[in-house]
Amino acid sequence: MASLDDLKKRIASVKSTQKITKAMKMVAAAKLRRAQESAEKGRPYSEKMNNVILNLSNGISDKENAPKLLSGTGQEKTHLCVVMTSDRGLCGGFNSNIIKKAKSYFAKILDEGKELKIITVGSKGNDQLKRVYGDKIIENISFKESKNANYFDADKVGKMVIEKFEAGEFDVCTIFYNQFKNVITQIPQAQQIIPLNNEGEENSSEESYEFEPDEDEILSNLLPKNISTQIFKAMLENSASEQGSRMSAMDNATRNAGEMVDKLTIEYNRSRQAAITKELIEIISGAESL
Amino acid sequence: MSEEFKVEIVNPEKSFLVKDDVSEVVVPAFEGEMGILKDHISIISFLKPGIIKILSKSGDENYYVEDGIVEFKNNNLSILTSTIFNLADMDKSKQQDLLKQAEEEANKTDINDQSKYLADQKVEVLKTLN
Repeated sequence: MASLDDLKKRIASVKSTQKITKAMKMVAAAKLRRAQESAEKGRPYSEKMNNVILNLSNGISDKENAPKLLSGTGQEKTHLCVVMTSDRGLCGGFNSNIIKKAKSYFAKILDEGKELKIITVGSKGNDQLKRVYGDKIIENISFKESKNANYFDADKVGKMVIEKFEAGEFDVCTIFYNQFKNVITQIPQAQQIIPLNNEGEENSSEESYEFEPDEDEILSNLLPKNISTQIFKAMLENSASEQGSRMSAMDNATRNAGEMVDKLTIEYNRSRQAAITKELIEIISGAESL
Repeated sequence: MSEEFKVEIVNPEKSFLVKDDVSEVVVPAFEGEMGILKDHISIISFLKPGIIKILSKSGDENYYVEDGIVEFKNNNLSILTSTIFNLADMDKSKQQDLLKQAEEEANKTDINDQSKYLADQKVEVLKTLN
């Protein structure tokens, strides 16, 4: 059995850990509210954008000559995966969930004999992926300096993706992120952004629009914006998910630390009691023998 | 029958403005300014840098935008834009900042014609504001 002194030290250290996790939980809760708000506020934009594009692509007359961002390059040889993770740890399964989802997708792609390229956004994803897929990672971006997800950052990633697409470096692009459902549930998502996947989203409105200038020109202007918008949406969802995940992880940690302190305190009291009893026995039996 | 319709301006961060008593909106569409009244035909167009004028009973409002998409359907006007400022909230120094940025962009030599055109537009619009 550990000595009294050891127990005392352990209790103190668990208590101070508990203080840290408690503080982190509070911070995450405060940040979560803000992140959740901006994720919810950001939704109308991406939804509207999607709608407009849906209407446009329905209205487009010449499907064969549709912009490549919409219809794809006609082949599916090279896949680009943008894996979006956080820059900080201690947020439960947040990053590993995305990575898990991404890895199973990577395995599928490689099994099919296709080429794989990875862009990681956020340093945690890069850390986890570079061990196995180090040679596949072509770019690593991290926005450690930016406090909140902002459109400017998303636009940078979007422009990079488009640049690479136009240079013919890949055919299909998928982004991985965690969709925020509530504080305890975040769903890892794989969303294909190039070519735009509209299947299963048949628009009911058959209304015809007037276009000014013509559809093709609008589409070719809109599609790059849509990429940035989708990435921005992913970033917002991700930051809300990260805080939510961290909050519940830290809440658990605080509770576990509390349980541990209780257990250690009982053990400490018992061994103190045992030591006293032992001393008493020694004194009494010493007195008797006289 | 009332001659009012609904306008909604959204930017990536939030829903910027929602108004449902609007009588006319003038948007700087890519091929020239476009006034939209009630029962306009469904239209999709995109914006160049310019001023959005919103005319309504509760007062007129002017916004400066740099880009965006307009969609009008069933008397709902949606404007999606990434950069928008209310002119009433915009002071001289902010205008100067934007103008400087735009001028720098316009003076770059390594940009393509379209971005050059857009940057020139920005400069022009911002100059008229001052």
